[in-house]
Amino acid sequence: MKHLEDFHPGDAVELGTWTFTADEIVAFARDFDPQPFHLDEAAGKASLFGGLAASGWHVACAWMRLWIDHQTREMDEAKARGEEPPIPGPSPGFDDMRWTRPVLAGQTIRYRTTVVSGRASKSRPGWGILDSLNEGFDETGTRVFHFTSHVFIPTGG
Amino acid sequence: MTRTEAGLGEETTRWFDDFHVGETISLGSRTVGRDEIVAFAAKWDPQPMHLEDEAGRASLAGGLFASGWHTASLFMRMACDGVLSRSASLGSPGIDSLAWKAPVMPGDTLTGRMTVTGTRASASRPGLGFVETEVEMANQRGTVVLTMKTTLMMARREAA
Repeated sequence: MKHLEDFHPGDAVELGTWTFTADEIVAFARDFDPQPFHLDEAAGKASLFGGLAASGWHVACAWMRLWIDHQTREMDEAKARGEEPPIPGPSPGFDDMRWTRPVLAGQTIRYRTTVVSGRASKSRPGWGILDSLNEGFDETGTRVFHFTSHVFIPTGG
Repeated sequence: MTRTEAGLGEETTRWFDDFHVGETISLGSRTVGRDEIVAFAAKWDPQPMHLEDEAGRASLAGGLFASGWHTASLFMRMACDGVLSRSASLGSPGIDSLAWKAPVMPGDTLTGRMTVTGTRASASRPGLGFVETEVEMANQRGTVVLTMKTTLMMARREAA
């Protein structure tokens, strides 16, 4: 992780892929979103989704896991260079999350995060807020998921 | 669209037509344990402040706390148990905004509610309607931990 000043609008990071197996879709849904189209293939086929579909929260959580893996790699690399990377702060929330296509069992989604803007925090001196566009794409390159995240990042000054 | 065609459960008691603007639906309460906070974080959000007490104490929250995605997922479960599992829910197109207002700590008891702020029939799909909601989850001290504006898709009663 870096300081706020190290992020520039348009900077994009490919976070890698997540494959949504039927088992994982059902396991997530049993815990957090037990609606028939997330639990059962036949109910999913009969639904608007047309198949066993991952919970939207599952699709979002896979982004979070890949983002944290990316951030951890960056911090480990910085430490290996003898640097002391700043620890990112919490997120106050997000906007405009859209599940534009269902993610069905067996699909592999590719995630990407792009910096939108950074600004100094009015309430927390020494901190800034970074806004990023986070997207998921299916195997054909069609965007299936996106949202705009906000996170507190230490400023470098 | 019949109930079977829509992939709905057998115990559907609340359809699009049964949601009314201004109505607030109580979603119940649940207590969150440390083990489930750590297990969720290990799978989906493996940051030290969600996994280790020491890192939690060093954070702005002052103690190990739940991933915001866990808090949101717990709300989703509460919404399913509180209303969606007995409704004609057909999913959601998305969330306009979500705010994590305060950290959720082990032992917290969360209570959720959902207020209907708008309803509109789909122009393109006769059997479908959209229910706009504002939701809130608070802890045992009454501190709001999560707010969200989101849209539900519901099958219409007369189409079933």
